Amino acid sequence: MKKIHWDAVLMPLVGIALTLLAWQMISGRIVTRSLADGTVEEVKLGWVQDLPGPVQTWEKTRKYVVEPFAKREELDQGILRFTWYSLVIVAKGYAIALILGTPLGFLLGLSSTFSKMFDPIIQVLRPVSPLAWMPLGVVLFANAGKSANELAALFTIAVCAMWPTVLNTAVGVRAIPQDYLNVARVLKLSRTQTLLKIMIPATLPYMFTGYRLSLGIAWLVIVAVEMLTGRIGIGNFLWNEYNNGLYTSIVLCIVTIGLVGFALDRAMSLLERRFKSIL
Amino acid sequence: MSFLVLHQVSKGFGPPEARREVLRGVDLSVKQGEIVAIVGYSGAGKSTLLHLVSGLLKPDAGSVSLGGRVIEGPGTDRGVVFQNYSLLPWMTVAENIRLAVDSVFPDWSETRRSEQVDRYIHLVNLTHARDRRPSELSGGMRQRVSVARALAMDPQILLLDEPLGALDALTRGTLQDEISGICRASGKTVVLITNDPDEGILMADRIIPLSAGPGAILGPSFPVALDPTRDRRALNHDPRFKALRAEVVAWLLGPGARPAISVSRKLILPDLEPEDLEIPRPLIGGRRRSRRRSEERRETVDLTP
Repeated sequence: MKKIHWDAVLMPLVGIALTLLAWQMISGRIVTRSLADGTVEEVKLGWVQDLPGPVQTWEKTRKYVVEPFAKREELDQGILRFTWYSLVIVAKGYAIALILGTPLGFLLGLSSTFSKMFDPIIQVLRPVSPLAWMPLGVVLFANAGKSANELAALFTIAVCAMWPTVLNTAVGVRAIPQDYLNVARVLKLSRTQTLLKIMIPATLPYMFTGYRLSLGIAWLVIVAVEMLTGRIGIGNFLWNEYNNGLYTSIVLCIVTIGLVGFALDRAMSLLERRFKSIL
Repeated sequence: MSFLVLHQVSKGFGPPEARREVLRGVDLSVKQGEIVAIVGYSGAGKSTLLHLVSGLLKPDAGSVSLGGRVIEGPGTDRGVVFQNYSLLPWMTVAENIRLAVDSVFPDWSETRRSEQVDRYIHLVNLTHARDRRPSELSGGMRQRVSVARALAMDPQILLLDEPLGALDALTRGTLQDEISGICRASGKTVVLITNDPDEGILMADRIIPLSAGPGAILGPSFPVALDPTRDRRALNHDPRFKALRAEVVAWLLGPGARPAISVSRKLILPDLEPEDLEIPRPLIGGRRRSRRRSEERRETVDLTP
């Protein structure tokens, strides 16, 4: 039986408790008091009066959490149901990013001419925010009819999430030890064989680092995309609730987005470690 | 009739202005079925010599030919065992060998190819480790896989590039016996690169020292007149072995073969910069600054007589 390290379990819990406590202390609360003339007045108290505290957040958003997959109305669904919509679109956009990014990274890594030609462009496009890509996506796919929104969203996710995959794959290809390439030459492997049997396996750990970073970005982009396109999902839910003045839901969304992002990153880093351990 | 012939082979590296000549006019001929060891200092150019035969490098001058044909590039007629094993870490022992077999014998049937793989795994006594990855094997076992991979290609010549360099002395001894046994049994022509004269004498029919670079040349060849099945324990007291080792070592330590001894020290010079105003000013980047003596921080004095 594996020994449980209590520190590793206990300390994060203590941290969470302290954060919740601090949050509760600085958050605002609404107090009702009856005045002398019999009317009831609501007064906001606290440091940050508009920030809902953890207790208030829980009370107000309970219905989204206890029934996470419920669908009451189009804009009133369980939090995980919203998350699921977002995850589906992220998965599609991410898949496109990998399918485009991996070969592009290989080309950059293999050919120094290609790299000299296109590396500057990549470096310029890389830091562009999803908020800047989104309108372009909408314009590009404006004529696509019913799926215009979805295509614009996929375009934005793919184009933003692609770069870590491209760059890490390129680095990985450049880092293939000369020994392995010598083996390929001595064994007279064909180009395809060299690529499949030597270059791709040798690059896999780098590729997976890129994939992990790309997934993080894809998930980061989804909120912006849904806000702008109005696709149903967790980012859209957040934006609607903001417009409705329900700040507790915003907090819930932030926590959920964070947890999902964390889970995705963990899952990818487990995969990544598996590939690294082989080499 | 010589099988492998190197004729006046020279090879250097680096840009023309800072060229480092590694080999200068090397001649070598190896007969079919012969085992030749090339002994020399680290960095003398032994691996360069072997890479020229394997085809991974091309000579700057001179020619390398095998069986009468000039070597233009790597080929499956030459099996190479690299110094650092060069096994692919994501493949098992069998898969590593299989990669070579598949590449060399594409027309063979599936069963014949897997038989070939198993035969050579058995030959190097690794049947129990057939499905293990290189990271799960010891250095000696990895090198045996590398030898099996080279032999499974059924090459005309086997090139061993310091195959035992990374191993501890005891494993090294065992593996010397094992590999030279396998090489002899296969009847193949072998070129062995080593930095250990004993290893060369123990494994080869002929031993040739390589002088230290730059511009290394091959020394005279010393035939090893010992019983092919050499017993390493008895050998230590064999006068012929001792005499041969003394000869080889004497040549390597002799004039011209030894690496240059030089002393370098830090220079402390006055920091004066006379500027030549006659030098025309280039368009971009301003006038090229003359080099300050104090920037040349080391001075090297060659002490070789």
